[in-house]
Amino acid sequence: MNFSYQMTALYTILVKEVLRFTRIWVQTILPPAITMALYFVIFGKLIGSAIDSSATDGYSYIDYIVPGLIMMSVITNSYSNVVSSFYSAKYQGHLQELLVSPTPNMIIILGFIGGGVIRGLMVGAIVTVVSMFFTDLNIAHPVITLLTVFLTAVLFATAGLINGVYAKSFDDISIVPVFVLTPLTYLGGVFYSIKLLSDFWQTVSLANPILYMVNGFRYGFLGVSDINIYACFAVILIFWGILFSIAYFLLDRGIGIRT
Amino acid sequence: MSKALQINNLRKTYANGFTALKGVSLDVEQGDFFALLGGNGAGKSTMIGIISSLVNKTDGDVKVCGFDLETQRSQAKSMIGLVPQEFNINMFEPVDEILINQAGYYGVPRKEATIRARQLLEQLELWDKRKNMARELSGGMKRRLMIARALIHRPKLLILDEPTAGVDIEIRRSMWDFLTKLNTAGMTIILTTHYLEEAESMCRNIAIINKGEIVKNTSMKTLLSGLNHETFILDLKTPVTQVPHTDEFTITLIDESTLEVELSKDFSINRIFEVLNNHDIRVNSMRNKSNRLEELFLEMVHQNNAENTSEETA
Ligand SMILES: Nc1ncnc2c1ncn2[C@@H]1O[C@H](COP(=O)(O)OP(=O)(O)O)[C@@H](O)[C@H]1O
Ligand SMILES: [Mg+2]
Repeated sequence: MNFSYQMTALYTILVKEVLRFTRIWVQTILPPAITMALYFVIFGKLIGSAIDSSATDGYSYIDYIVPGLIMMSVITNSYSNVVSSFYSAKYQGHLQELLVSPTPNMIIILGFIGGGVIRGLMVGAIVTVVSMFFTDLNIAHPVITLLTVFLTAVLFATAGLINGVYAKSFDDISIVPVFVLTPLTYLGGVFYSIKLLSDFWQTVSLANPILYMVNGFRYGFLGVSDINIYACFAVILIFWGILFSIAYFLLDRGIGIRT
Repeated sequence: MSKALQINNLRKTYANGFTALKGVSLDVEQGDFFALLGGNGAGKSTMIGIISSLVNKTDGDVKVCGFDLETQRSQAKSMIGLVPQEFNINMFEPVDEILINQAGYYGVPRKEATIRARQLLEQLELWDKRKNMARELSGGMKRRLMIARALIHRPKLLILDEPTAGVDIEIRRSMWDFLTKLNTAGMTIILTTHYLEEAESMCRNIAIINKGEIVKNTSMKTLLSGLNHETFILDLKTPVTQVPHTDEFTITLIDESTLEVELSKDFSINRIFEVLNNHDIRVNSMRNKSNRLEELFLEMVHQNNAENTSEETA
């Protein structure tokens, strides 16, 4: 397959992926918007107004958590889009449409990841719009903001793909989000600054990759972060490199998809 | 001209240790209409899985239109259109998008794909259903959708794995017509079936596979001419107690109004009636005991099994 054929194949997968999640928008787009609106009302407005701004680097609580909440929806949505789409393609058998075609594995991987990234960013944008009903957004470093959110979406879409490759049942596609992703996100400094924690728990928190993404993103918005911004990018890129290699290896070997 | 398919000593042992193909070799010429015949579990789908890159082979070589599946996989893949045995369509996708996407995976741009999709949907009588989700189609329609999907990138070799399983007789006929027309227009077609009439009515060449081995590979004509006798069942108008004896064929009395006649192909069916007439036996109706191919098939498989057993005990 020459380059332009490959681009046609990639474009096809992307269109297919976007149509898939927009067809079922009630399951994919609407829930995060509603959940996040609730978070803004309850944590941001009601509880947040009672929180002293010294705990949040001098920012009002809602302003402090907005970047984390956006990031949380980007992470969840880019991950779950790929894992559901890939697993259901495997389960229903139509992944074979791709496997019999000359589309190279690299394009298949990029297509699925791309689909997850688009959904993650789309939901992220919607949540951002929702947040503007509750607070005035100022973005201190737009480039860093966009770069962090993009790379994070790529990272979690890749992770979702690996999950999809390994999944053998519908249970397997919810285990990681429920038992790994959600706890790590909540403990990743979405709702608090790790400076509030004891030294010991601060050090433990540093092992959580999501902390770096949330803080990188918050730095983009507010200009404050618990973590050095270069360290944020380094962590995201290193993790992504590892996950992408795993995903490529799995597809190349046909693990979980060819007998 | 390179062969449409060349398989050499193909072996497959599944992860559980089961050997589904035990060194299969097979050639299919371009333009052929080829039947791969075998009972359930013979290894047909395994073989097709390997040819279409869905199953990893254990050993052996496969070439599609001269392209080696291992070293020139992407060219080889472009040559093949696959209609698998099991439905493998996205039930939550509209019919026309399924086709347009499949074209895209072969590098056919959307605009061109849309034109091709229309042609195929019209030919296969699915145009009315183009906006329906795949899950809203009947079994026969889904099967035709899979045929359309297999043709959208204009392959040279169409492979159908038991395409008419579970399809009613009328649709089966129209599918046969469609495939015959495709073949006449130059498409090489391989189909697997355990439904023997299907092979007989469409295919020119045939391979019979049993327990992972090819037991016969020949032309349909040769195969049929190899049949040396045929068995008929005759229903009689009036009951009889005795049957005539003749050297030309054997007559057995099943019950007082049913005869079974085994006729060598050297003799004409007319002789049966002449002999019976002479004995004042009147025939009400007559039918084949079973499909001739079926008998042959069972015979061949039986022989093969017997040989294997003797090898093992030797
Ligand atoms: N994934 C698999 N793992 C183990 N054995 C398999 C697998 N797929 C098929 N088989 C076995 O291989 C044999 C051939 O199967 P198959 O190729 O599907 O036969 P056919 O299509 O001729 O009915 C059968 O005995 C089947 O049970
Ligand atoms: Mg089969």
